[in-house]
Amino acid sequence: MTTLPAKTEKKLGLVIDLDTCVGCHACVINCKEWNTSNYGAPLSDVDAYGPEPEGTFLNRVHAFEVTPEDGGCAQTVHFPKSCLHCEDAPCVTVCPTGASYKRTEDGIVLVNENDCMGCGLCAWACPYGARELDQLAGVMKKCTLCIDRIYNENLPEEDRVPACVRTCPAGARHFGDLGDPDSEVSKLVAERGGIDLMPEQGTRPVNKYLPPRPRDSAAASGARLEPVAEEPKGFLAWLDKALEAI
Amino acid sequence: MHPAPSVIFFTAFSGLGFGLLAWLGIGLPDVTGRPAFGYYFIGYALAVGGLLASTFHLGNPKNAVKAFSQWRSSWLSREAVLSVITLLVIAPYAIGRIFLGTDWALLGLAGAALALITVFSTSMIYTQLKTVPRWNTPATPVLFQLYAIGGGALLAGQGAVAALLLLVLGAAQLLAWQKGDRRFAEAGSTAESATGLGRIGKVRLLEPPHSGRNYLMKEMVHVIGRKHAQKLRIISLLFASLLPAGILLFLPASYATVLLAVVVHVIGLLTARWLFFAEAEHVVRLYYGK
Ligand code: SF4
Ligand code: SF4
Repeated sequence: MTTLPAKTEKKLGLVIDLDTCVGCHACVINCKEWNTSNYGAPLSDVDAYGPEPEGTFLNRVHAFEVTPEDGGCAQTVHFPKSCLHCEDAPCVTVCPTGASYKRTEDGIVLVNENDCMGCGLCAWACPYGARELDQLAGVMKKCTLCIDRIYNENLPEEDRVPACVRTCPAGARHFGDLGDPDSEVSKLVAERGGIDLMPEQGTRPVNKYLPPRPRDSAAASGARLEPVAEEPKGFLAWLDKALEAI
Repeated sequence: MHPAPSVIFFTAFSGLGFGLLAWLGIGLPDVTGRPAFGYYFIGYALAVGGLLASTFHLGNPKNAVKAFSQWRSSWLSREAVLSVITLLVIAPYAIGRIFLGTDWALLGLAGAALALITVFSTSMIYTQLKTVPRWNTPATPVLFQLYAIGGGALLAGQGAVAALLLLVLGAAQLLAWQKGDRRFAEAGSTAESATGLGRIGKVRLLEPPHSGRNYLMKEMVHVIGRKHAQKLRIISLLFASLLPAGILLFLPASYATVLLAVVVHVIGLLTARWLFFAEAEHVVRLYYGK
């Protein structure tokens, strides 16, 4: 059913720390590996070894440069982006076949590939570019929040998190229930002022981004080193005089 | 957005077909027998042809029949359901006109109303998308409706009325372009809001996430051909509106005149529809620095 549930029991999602992400793309690779060899159609590549390789990914890392308006130093921010499992997911309601849905139990937004006709309308409806139509399979692919890991009792406990979270060497990705104010992720969001992407689109994303912490700024702190000497002394003073005499 | 031929033909021809069927449904022109067959044949060919064209753009067409299931929430599904209902309601009316020489007026009226509602639901597929501010305005359904009614009137041989409607269409299209050019800025999404980094400062893309292209860029970050937009706008205004209106008003009325006006109008319509897609900017481009 492509109507949205009025309320979900949990709001499982990711919290991504833009202060910590180093832009290594490990999450991109582990996501591709897990999701190409497990649930659903594999994430295909076209011209993988040719001059114009391209393929389907569920998670991609952009890098932005932010320049403060007051002329301070520009800052590089690595920016991983995948489905935000929105509460008001426009991708779900536009779907004509019923393939796209949001789960009542945990709020995960999924595509049932047996129903998808590959019209692409859901990808048009998503503001975040979180859905990609697989060019070989012809069905819509998106982040499943590794639904086949997080509830998988065949995996050791520490592996029951999304592949991207498990692999991140910087610890920049956190997974949990954002509907529970006492969960670790909710506390993190409260403490660090987690934000929504494009709130003006009205999608109410579950995933939150933790903004980079303020950097020291030379202009603002005035912490410039004092010169140790204005006038030369000793040998340098002699050299100074000698050179002036020439 | 990528101006795929399948969606251009789908929206243009099904709109024309349903427009013509709407006119036939209210008994204009008041034809029976052989001429009626001709008109209904054209109406059905255009409507069905357009709908078939839309299936060419599906990645997994074997599930197309499932598109009839989600009419409670999805405009695309409503469009599918409504077009089939409309074609089924008009069919007995057409048979009455063609073979029995009768006019079941109420049935015809219902069919005409359904045809226009179908066109409305087609337009809502695009209008509903907040992600494409240029489409996300009441101008979109108004334009789709005017293209259907105006083009339909032309096909239905409604001479002066058709000419007038085409002129109204031209004016509306001009207005829609002008307003449309400001829509993206008005909608307020920026690289700063997309990344949430606006509180720190001005944001620019430093490195894209991949060196090649991908589905998103091909489908939604289409920028090719925009530089000719102004010229194409003039061409489509001339061909869709002014020229066919002039032909209808100033050339002697005959089948040949109408045919000429139709051909000219279709060229304008296809150009305008190409622009409708090609000029539409999706907010996801903000993540790609475009
Ligand atoms: S991020 Fe996009 S694909 Fe994911 S739920 Fe939100 S709108 Fe849908
Ligand atoms: S591509 Fe598939 S999931 Fe997306 S709207 Fe179309 S049918 Fe639904």
